[in-house]
Amino acid sequence: MATESGPAIDPIHQFALHPVVSIQVAGHDVSLTNSGLYMLLAVALTCLLVAIGARGGSGVPGRLQAMAEMAYEFVAGMVRSAAGETGMRFFPFVFAIFFFVLLANLIGCIPYTFSVTSQIIITAALALMVFLTVIVIGFKEHGLHFFKLFVPPGVPIYILPLVVAIEIISFLSRPVSHSVRLFANMLAGHITLNVFGAFVVMLLGAGAAIKALAVLPFLMTIGLDALELLVAFLQAYVFAMLTCMYLNDALHPGH
Amino acid sequence: MEPHELAIAAKYIGAGLAAIGTGAAGIGVGTLFGQFLNGALRNPSAVEGQFGRLIFGFAVTEALGIFALLIAFLLLFAV
Repeated sequence: MATESGPAIDPIHQFALHPVVSIQVAGHDVSLTNSGLYMLLAVALTCLLVAIGARGGSGVPGRLQAMAEMAYEFVAGMVRSAAGETGMRFFPFVFAIFFFVLLANLIGCIPYTFSVTSQIIITAALALMVFLTVIVIGFKEHGLHFFKLFVPPGVPIYILPLVVAIEIISFLSRPVSHSVRLFANMLAGHITLNVFGAFVVMLLGAGAAIKALAVLPFLMTIGLDALELLVAFLQAYVFAMLTCMYLNDALHPGH
Repeated sequence: MEPHELAIAAKYIGAGLAAIGTGAAGIGVGTLFGQFLNGALRNPSAVEGQFGRLIFGFAVTEALGIFALLIAFLLLFAV
């Protein structure tokens, strides 16, 4: 924002990619960026939690084991309720997606870190993976009966073409809404935090009397941070929940 | 007025218009929690089982407001 007075607010800068380890292979830039680094971190933390949690296997679980068991029960309950007992073979897929998104969101909440899920390319890749899985599994399980997904039962014949067209459009727009929901939530949340943080700096840079007002945006930042933690969990939950519902469509296309 | 100044003015007007959408999402979230409380006070024993759906509906509704906010932010800081 180019204003004439005061320091400029640049909340977009935090999302910039830059190489951490520079790697060149045959003239192509395949450097490890900050995005890749934090993705590896999220995956490593997930693996660590589950590996250490599942190691003991004792009758009296310790803290980490209880946490891993709760995580398992939580995701298993989600898959069962949305996709039924037959959906449980996708449990590892949903578990991996849920914990990758959750840990990427939570790591992004720590100041000075990088939020992987605020990059549209990451969320779009995840959503497209789910979308293509649904199509492949749907055709493999049901063949051409998969198209029953677009024909809801009990619709009068004269409005059926309209309903089918709407169903097809809504099916095709799924990866867009699925990915943009997560991406936009994280992006808007981090921009808001950054803007309010900049308000604190701007007010502290002002005159002595106005300086005292800086406590107001500071308190607001704390409140927003709490909201961001809630949103980080909620959006991971919603992303995984929608994945389960889409997989349910692939398994039971006849509604 | 220079064309450049006009573009900046249009940018801020557009950001303001986009922010109206967050208010619309506010109506949605208010309806959601209001209706939930309405039902919950009539049948408090059903609250536990429906809490997940409440949170899910909240996140899906809230996301639409966030979309509007995102457009406003993009107009303010990225265009």
